Amino acid sequence: MRFTPHTEEDRREMLRQIGASSVEELFSDLPQSVRLDRSLKLPEGLSESEVARLLSDLAARDLDMGQYVSFLGAGAYDRYIPSAVGELLRRSEFYTAYTPYQPEISQGTLQAIFEFQSLIAALTGLDIAQASLYDGATAVAEAAMLAWGQTGRERIVVARSVDPQYRAVLRTYAHGRGLEVLELPLRDGRAGAEDIAGAAEGAACVIVQHPNFFGLLEDVDSLVKATHEKGALYIAVADPISLAVLRPPGAYGADVAVGEGQGLGIAASFGGPYLGFMAVRQEYLRRLPGRIVGETADKDGKRGYVLTFQTREQHIRREKATSNICTNQGLMALAATIYTTLLGPDGLRQAAALSVEGAHRLGDGIGKVQGAELAFSGPYAAEVALRSRASVGDVQGAMLKAGMLGPLDLERFYPELPGHMLLSVTEKRTSEEIGKLLDVLQGVEA
Amino acid sequence: MKTIFEEHEAGRGTAYLPSRKVDLGAYLPAGEIREELPLPELSEVQAVRHFTGLSRRNYGVDNGFYPLGSCTMKYNPKINEDTARLAGFAQVHPYQPEATVQGALQLMWELQRDLGEITGMDAVSLQPAAGAHGELTGILIVRGYHESRGDAKRTQVIVPDSAHGTNPATAAMAGFEVVHVPSDERGGVDVEALRQLASEKTAALMLTNPNTLGVFDERIAEIAEIIHAAGGLLYYDGANLNAVLGHSRPGDMGFDIVHLNLHKTFSTPHGGGGPGAGPVGVKAHLKDFLPMPIVTMENGQFHLSYAAPHSIGQMRSFYGNFGVLVRAYTYIRALGGAGLREVADDAVLNANYVLSLIKDHFELPFDRIPKHEFVVAPPEDLVRQKGVKTLDIAKRLLDYDFHPPTVYFPLIVHEAMMIEPTETETKETLKAFADTLCQIVDEGRENPDYVKTAPHNTVVGRLDEARAVKQPRLLERLGG
Repeated sequence: MRFTPHTEEDRREMLRQIGASSVEELFSDLPQSVRLDRSLKLPEGLSESEVARLLSDLAARDLDMGQYVSFLGAGAYDRYIPSAVGELLRRSEFYTAYTPYQPEISQGTLQAIFEFQSLIAALTGLDIAQASLYDGATAVAEAAMLAWGQTGRERIVVARSVDPQYRAVLRTYAHGRGLEVLELPLRDGRAGAEDIAGAAEGAACVIVQHPNFFGLLEDVDSLVKATHEKGALYIAVADPISLAVLRPPGAYGADVAVGEGQGLGIAASFGGPYLGFMAVRQEYLRRLPGRIVGETADKDGKRGYVLTFQTREQHIRREKATSNICTNQGLMALAATIYTTLLGPDGLRQAAALSVEGAHRLGDGIGKVQGAELAFSGPYAAEVALRSRASVGDVQGAMLKAGMLGPLDLERFYPELPGHMLLSVTEKRTSEEIGKLLDVLQGVEA
Repeated sequence: MKTIFEEHEAGRGTAYLPSRKVDLGAYLPAGEIREELPLPELSEVQAVRHFTGLSRRNYGVDNGFYPLGSCTMKYNPKINEDTARLAGFAQVHPYQPEATVQGALQLMWELQRDLGEITGMDAVSLQPAAGAHGELTGILIVRGYHESRGDAKRTQVIVPDSAHGTNPATAAMAGFEVVHVPSDERGGVDVEALRQLASEKTAALMLTNPNTLGVFDERIAEIAEIIHAAGGLLYYDGANLNAVLGHSRPGDMGFDIVHLNLHKTFSTPHGGGGPGAGPVGVKAHLKDFLPMPIVTMENGQFHLSYAAPHSIGQMRSFYGNFGVLVRAYTYIRALGGAGLREVADDAVLNANYVLSLIKDHFELPFDRIPKHEFVVAPPEDLVRQKGVKTLDIAKRLLDYDFHPPTVYFPLIVHEAMMIEPTETETKETLKAFADTLCQIVDEGRENPDYVKTAPHNTVVGRLDEARAVKQPRLLERLGG
């Protein structure tokens, strides 16, 4: 296929206008020594029908969550996405546009981001949100950089109950700036406020996920208190769906809330593209990374939206910018905005509530399975951590045989948790599916 | 247009999920349960009309010509949108066992290999989520490399004064001091100045080639020699790779590390500000520093490999913006090697064609054969005597239904307009755009006020950006 429209006659006329004899002549300034003197070694180009076939054959080699019932979660969820989300996202005025540098012809993108910022602020209970970051993990890392910029302190404290992917990315970013990362140990699967006093001495921030990676509720009030006593910022990592039913970060005293927005109408898509979000208290506005949209007016007083507070950003501030982020996840933020608008408060609450209910149905059932038990004792939301006599591999194999995906092997990220695994439940999982999973667990333990 | 908050009416919402009543108090501690959730409620029809209405206040490549310099706003093939949504790609969980995702892994493995061939690099990571994220990955690799050699004195990254803002911002994020090298009178790196700057403190030089002026740095071999002799690494910002696809590869120019923007060169849509993808390629000696995981193949089976002793770590969750990778892979398979070279041919042909049509009406800071883009400035008399500036011309273009070029960048050209037509445009479109630009210059001379108050035909006029900062209104809450 080709998407270059010129005929040979077009090319001749254009070259004549330019005053060149050939296209090659336009490359004459490329020194011989750096030219590729052969063709690229790539498969021959294909027609659209051949490409379509090639890609569907490749895709058919994967098992998907349409055919298989997924109990995998741990940061990426199989949630129900209303048809209207996909339909609207394919409006090509949205997806073929660039970053809205020309506001007069980008009011669609700009107003959508303004609405996204508003929804994230409402969900997190904080004062301001920005336009999006790459994903939950980089949002955590950017939040730590914000705290470092704000406090000048070079220690970052993170609870070990935070998603291991997020902690890994945090370490990568922190190494660049030369910051130290200290982990709060697991205490029955959670962070302990008693560990903060020592760890947070001279720390820029304490980062805690709630519900945490294992689905457990953290004791956020005492964690916030202990953090603020040390003069550090409290960074809450939150799942946006859970925020429909749980007290939001703004209400329990967090300074910054970040998280992964994939649950808001974005496909699991083998790990991306997803959506990082960040909301902060008013005083940190000028430390936010990335784009911010604000409302203003034209000379006739007509309301409009623009990119604003750009003096924080790389294209103006260069090496003094709050972050290097430029392209972010605009279309994913649009998906989240459409999804949240469609579901509304009742729908979002119902998605969260059905997930919590299903997880507890599963958790209660596991209590009755011989050889398996819940890994931790605290209250939990929509993920179930368990340990079992049977190996994780055996459980995975038995589930796969029964047409199900899961669980996640926790030992992979937590050597201190051998034989532990994580199952996740969303609003899509029915009582029958949960019952069937319990039967499989019973069978594999027997 | 109203916002979703202004459209709100309690009780209008649609039920998308089973309405079974859940007693949350049975599962969660009472004090943890949220009472208020101040989100808008709209019927599905209202919501669909709202977002359709927003889309109509937007301008994408599908609406018209989009010559935004350095952004490569080429056509986004529709087949890519279908392949990325295949259930075997879109409905796959990142924690599924490897045996159940062989198709996705094979696609990634082949894409790593093909991008390596296209750039002349030995190993590729698909993890970075965007260009700037690729830059950060690359510069952290620079850091990791020097650290692994115990070479702690390399604290500086050299960046040309014509560079994208992301370059210096990235170097700072990776903990380096930024040193600027000026451009010479031909628009390339001032090689003599570079010679002075390169030292045992040099960690790397970040370079775009062709650069942001659209000119190919002919002295690239010499530049590479200077940096390598000083013990530094050479980093290629792939924003402008579209110009040299199949003609010249960063690996052959002497670069050690390169990032690509799949949303520029490889036709994946920009989404109104992402998602993009910024894969990073490196030469063999830096392979072990790439972020984890990399996709490997053994006996026809594909794996996610975490076995890289010096890896800089992980740059984001999971493996990359996979949906974007599927689109880029689809594009590369559709075009093949010859098709990719033709992309560069026509991208360069189109830029030269537009330049030839307007060059007598504009100032040319550098009179050279441009590659895929070029930089001009409005004629001096227009700016000085009539007060008509680049911004005014850009805004007037909106009235003619063209997206304006990139303006006021690169910073080293006063009143810069950076024009990148891309290869997917017809001769007629290019001609119409060039004619319009020249016509606006004439308009500016005859009726400067009309141009200075443009646009006149858009849904809003020029917006008061100062007010947005002075009286910030960054969100709306239910009930105002």
